[in-house]
Amino acid sequence: MSESTNTIEEFVASDYKYGFVTNIESDTVPPGLSEDTIRFISAKKNEPAWLTEWRLKAFRYWQTLSEPKWPNLTYTQTDYQAISYYSAPKQKKTLNSLDEVDPELRKTFDKLGISLNEQKRLSGVAVDAVVDSVSVATTFKTELAKQGIIFSSFSEAVAHHPELVQKYLGSVVPHTDNFYAALNAAVFTDGSFCYIPKGVRCPMELSTYFRIEAANTGQFERTLIVADEGAYVSYLEGCTAPMRDENQLHAAVVELIAMESAQIKYSTVQNWYPGDKDGKGGIYNFVTKRGLCKGANSKISWTQVETGSAITWKYPSCILLGDNSQGEFYSVALTNNCQQADTGTKMIHIGKNTRSTIISKGISAGRGQNSYRGQVKVMKGATNARNFSQCDSLLLGDKCGAHTFPYIDVQNPTAQVEHEASTSKIGEDQIFYLNQRGIETQDAVNMIVNGFCKEVFRELPMEFAVEAQKLLGVSLDGSVG
Amino acid sequence: MNPPLIEIKNLSAGINGKQILKGISLTVRPGEVHAIMGPNGSGKSTLGYVLAGRKGYDVTGGSVTYDGKDLIELSPENRAREGLFLAFQYPVEIPGVNNTYFLRAAYNEQRKHRKLEEVDAVDFLAIVRQKMKLLELPEAMLKRAVNEGFSGGEKKRNEIFQMAVLDPKLAVLDETDSGLDIDALRIVAEGVNKLKRPDNAAIVITHYQRLLNYIVPDFVHVLWNGQIIKSGGKELALELEEKGYDWLIGKNSK
Repeated sequence: MSESTNTIEEFVASDYKYGFVTNIESDTVPPGLSEDTIRFISAKKNEPAWLTEWRLKAFRYWQTLSEPKWPNLTYTQTDYQAISYYSAPKQKKTLNSLDEVDPELRKTFDKLGISLNEQKRLSGVAVDAVVDSVSVATTFKTELAKQGIIFSSFSEAVAHHPELVQKYLGSVVPHTDNFYAALNAAVFTDGSFCYIPKGVRCPMELSTYFRIEAANTGQFERTLIVADEGAYVSYLEGCTAPMRDENQLHAAVVELIAMESAQIKYSTVQNWYPGDKDGKGGIYNFVTKRGLCKGANSKISWTQVETGSAITWKYPSCILLGDNSQGEFYSVALTNNCQQADTGTKMIHIGKNTRSTIISKGISAGRGQNSYRGQVKVMKGATNARNFSQCDSLLLGDKCGAHTFPYIDVQNPTAQVEHEASTSKIGEDQIFYLNQRGIETQDAVNMIVNGFCKEVFRELPMEFAVEAQKLLGVSLDGSVG
Repeated sequence: MNPPLIEIKNLSAGINGKQILKGISLTVRPGEVHAIMGPNGSGKSTLGYVLAGRKGYDVTGGSVTYDGKDLIELSPENRAREGLFLAFQYPVEIPGVNNTYFLRAAYNEQRKHRKLEEVDAVDFLAIVRQKMKLLELPEAMLKRAVNEGFSGGEKKRNEIFQMAVLDPKLAVLDETDSGLDIDALRIVAEGVNKLKRPDNAAIVITHYQRLLNYIVPDFVHVLWNGQIIKSGGKELALELEEKGYDWLIGKNSK
């Protein structure tokens, strides 16, 4: 037993390859949070008065709240007055094309393996890149616009489509939702906005890459996606950050709205800096993501691969309001070294014949702590609601932990709710079996972990799935003695 | 006479300080099939694990020379890449890992080790299909995850299938007959026979003689209490079947 534990522990050390710091000049406000800070951000972004007011209302509400204590997480609480709430890469003017992007910034994206030009030319993925707080480049905008699709930074959407933003902003995640959502509503600086008009199937994957670059800043972005009747969109989100000794806060909000027969597929590969082996530094990732299946026969599908962050607190959820609507949640969460994750989903069944599927795969290594927290709620009117949940945990070594907190609340007798859970360890016998076929231990562990995550990976778009597999490998990589 | 493929000299080994193998000597040359028989707990499976290099099984004395190399010095994966194959008594399930994907990874590790170019998925499928035909295995086996949800018989057939693809110099079959009905046993044994060549060899570990009706050994060794207490030709297996292990054990303990 101790032998196999040692073997496994030998990998658990990992190197973070996105930890470089880019030397981009940035425009940063001094740390601190007050109504003045919020007015400053709003003014800096030339926002309309209604949005400034919306922010201030959220801020005032936030001041009445305290940070939630219920998650299964241990960390030093953030000093919200020590964070800078606005940092933008310095730019002289609005960009007309990618060629005008700061070359240092371009290098950053090259290092991330997402050369914007490449993306633009080869893969047909439209990318919106958000560094620190500001969207720096959105590709393919004009081509998408021909079909009436709006895909832009949040700031641009506020400027050009205020009616849409005002109509939907906060409609799924109101500022009163929770501590971090209230904070985000007060100070959010940018993010992505996407609108797919009636009957349009978005011809390419839309993608946002988020990066926290400046020191002592928080990143608070907001994403709003609206799929009108019969529309379809697949959206990808990726994130990285430099290695820094202090913890940095990321408190994002994502709102999805699917009208009648619309479909939104939202995929995330989250690789924020996880901190070092001893738990120093790393991103605090407190994110509120929720989708509303507003119309009948609509569908929202969340797929997430969470390998980064020191702390992950995140529950992408679906409100199944429309009859026959469907919600899906596929998740892989990996915690290594001192990482902690408390993640899961909520499926709220309101309409008739609503369906939800939850597949959660938690991997714990090192001293990582991984909690699944999920709620399935079937309201009185949700006749014939169905849910299937499966939560599997995989342990590597004997110093890590896996926890499951399922909450099931059924108020309609015709509902069917199934919950399956399992916990397993990578067996010494599995590793030996693969060794005996010529596969070395590190590759064997990667193979076993990837097999464990297969049901989730197959939900990801092809190239993202490949990236996710590699990322899991890197996150578990280390020296084999 | 051919030079030995494996030469085990006075091998002692144990697990957690407990001595299980107490001085085993065995020489296997290319083209030979050796059967190791013995009652439960005599050390048969331990011998297989020690040869394959399983962690926790410590060699405390003696030597093993395999294909001119000191086997004990090699890591388990390098033993495999050098052509030593262990067909497991209890094949392990690797959930979610596709059988073909796994086998190609194993095949390419061996190729890399031998400084050969790796084969791509298309070429590999051609190799695999040919072996499946040889062993009369269903193609569906390729699409399934490694041993996941396989019946006992399917698992054993999958072991022989892997053996066919990896084409080892020395195969150690650990109780490949256990848990098999007579039809499955015949299919597995025929597979082994089809793979037999003058340049490879097999050590067949078994409790019962019945497997040896199908895989005819050149030599039979009886293992008891960590030692080979009798060696002979294929007729020794029949004698054991008739008289039981007590016949030898009783004699030996006198």
